[in-house]
Amino acid sequence: MGDKVEISTKNELMTAFKAVAGNKRKTEALLNVEDLSLSFTQYASGLRQTELKVISNLSLQAYKGEILAVVGSSGSGKSLLAHAILGILPSNAKLDGKIEYDGEELTQARKEEVRGNEIALIPQATTYLDPLMKISSQVIGCVERKNEGLMRKLQREVFQRYNLRPEVERMLPHELSGGMTRRVLVSTAVISSSELIIADEPTPGLDEKTLNETLSYFKGMADRGCAVILITHDIEAALKISHKIAVFYAGTVLEVANVEDFKNNGENLRHPYTRALWNALPQNRFQAIKGHQPMQDEVTDGCIFYERCSKKKALCSQGIPQLKQVNGGMVRCNNAA
Amino acid sequence: MVKNEKIAGFIGKKTLRLASLLVLVCFASFMLIQYSPIDPVRAYIGEMPVTPEHKAQLEEYWGVNTPPQEKFLNWAGDIIKGDFGTSLIYRMPVINVIKERFTASLVLMGISWLFAGFLGFVLGIVAGAKQGTWVDKAIKIYCYALAAAPTFWLALVFLMIFSVYLGWFPIGLSVPIGVTADNVTFFDWVQRLILPALTLSLLDVAKIAMFTREKLIEVLSSDYVLFAKARGEKGMDVVLRHGIRNVALPAITLQFLGFSELFGGTVLVEQVFSYPGIGQAAVAAGLRSDVPLLLGIVIFSALFVFFGNLIADIIYEFVDPRIKQQEASI
Repeated sequence: MGDKVEISTKNELMTAFKAVAGNKRKTEALLNVEDLSLSFTQYASGLRQTELKVISNLSLQAYKGEILAVVGSSGSGKSLLAHAILGILPSNAKLDGKIEYDGEELTQARKEEVRGNEIALIPQATTYLDPLMKISSQVIGCVERKNEGLMRKLQREVFQRYNLRPEVERMLPHELSGGMTRRVLVSTAVISSSELIIADEPTPGLDEKTLNETLSYFKGMADRGCAVILITHDIEAALKISHKIAVFYAGTVLEVANVEDFKNNGENLRHPYTRALWNALPQNRFQAIKGHQPMQDEVTDGCIFYERCSKKKALCSQGIPQLKQVNGGMVRCNNAA
Repeated sequence: MVKNEKIAGFIGKKTLRLASLLVLVCFASFMLIQYSPIDPVRAYIGEMPVTPEHKAQLEEYWGVNTPPQEKFLNWAGDIIKGDFGTSLIYRMPVINVIKERFTASLVLMGISWLFAGFLGFVLGIVAGAKQGTWVDKAIKIYCYALAAAPTFWLALVFLMIFSVYLGWFPIGLSVPIGVTADNVTFFDWVQRLILPALTLSLLDVAKIAMFTREKLIEVLSSDYVLFAKARGEKGMDVVLRHGIRNVALPAITLQFLGFSELFGGTVLVEQVFSYPGIGQAAVAAGLRSDVPLLLGIVIFSALFVFFGNLIADIIYEFVDPRIKQQEASI
């Protein structure tokens, strides 16, 4: 209900402006990630350096007004994707490939410029809040003194919208309940009026009601014209609100499917892994496939899913399959047509 | 209310602990002296020539031959009444000696404690914020060097450099010799305080700086700092907004826990600088067999260290907001 309430005249103008500008290049992705690879330099035994590849040849696009869910199992490097986009990786990380934001290359300098005001991160847990700082100061963030009053007003409005009582402002993070923490973290992104919102595992440990509520916040953001990237391992939650699902496996995206493809038995799904994932759900066949994701230090020449694939061919073990446009989605599989 | 109950429990526990600590300290130190070769009668007589009969009379008077347990009870009974006896070397009540000496030492310790805390914290924050740079390395080397150098040696080196070669400061004592108390100016007194206070603080600086540095690095690699960066906060903003806030409390707590080292340091520093404080009195009492004074000093130093730890506990239990919450959630 309150979702449609505009929060300030300044924002109203911005939204109107963006809507006009947005129409011009509606077909253009707000965020375009192409062949992104991320590796860490590590010291193995002694002084020998090794490169640990955690993300390889990853491509995905996020569009305004749409929710893209990046779904993958825990520990497959999904959060690092978010950190890579925001430029908050540790210093031993090496990033290759192309990231474009709003049609322009997103360099580290530009990342530092846009993060917090054009690209916002919604982190996963209360550990991402300073344990000794009042909630209001954290939501408002580091602003110039002259803007503080304005930001405070904005923060009150955002809190009201997310049903956070005024006394929450003065609380410290440990005083918040799980649901409140979630809403506070969401507020930090909303108050920034960012256009691209990356939510990192926003749903684990939430009860049904809080989960749906949290998902509705993301839906609301997309409805207001934001591009939302929802990083999660919860495919069911993702299916409820997303427009597109990027299936993340062992550091890469195997398929980008439209949410309609997941209907029925999933015969419209393009990649064997996506189908396996779909069939593993309790309400479907509840069937798991053998094996596990390759570890980061295992080097594979061919398709990363080769070992576990039920449709593998000789070709699949030689070279990574090309990314193909199939039926309105993207897939990295030799068998897909 | 839960809070009042908690405070009452805390006070009760601490009082009990203080009482048992004092009993144990009194007993242990009394027994150590009892079985040490110290002869209080000899100390009382000093250089005066006395006949053996005279000495026996004195021993009778001082109760040298009463059994140790009876001696202990007599002494402890007097202590409870507030009578610490008479100092043999200063020829005045022990309590007065301690009052005078402790005041002098508290000034010395207080100044160096504050100075060390402040300088150490600033150095630690700078080193932590600039981790891996030459500034960090310089501060680290400085701290390791300080931590490795013995206090008394540093004191001697300082004395040599600043007092003997450069002549900036007087050699020792807290006031000039040959001047009546009324004529001692504030400047005289401060001038003689600087070098001992500086020496005493140096060791502490290293400790606090290294601790603050470690803690800040830990904070800077935390999730919430990562999130702050993701929201566009940069370099010094992060250190000022999140670093200092999260490092200050543990650093202050550590500083209070350092009271025992502070006291240990002051004994050495006062000795080297002939500063008339409690540390120097303790050494004199030990060397010249002034048993009542020595025991009195032991009790008061135990109290001093106890209160340092107590303040640290209070900060930990009542000031840190996170602790409050953990209690409430149980």
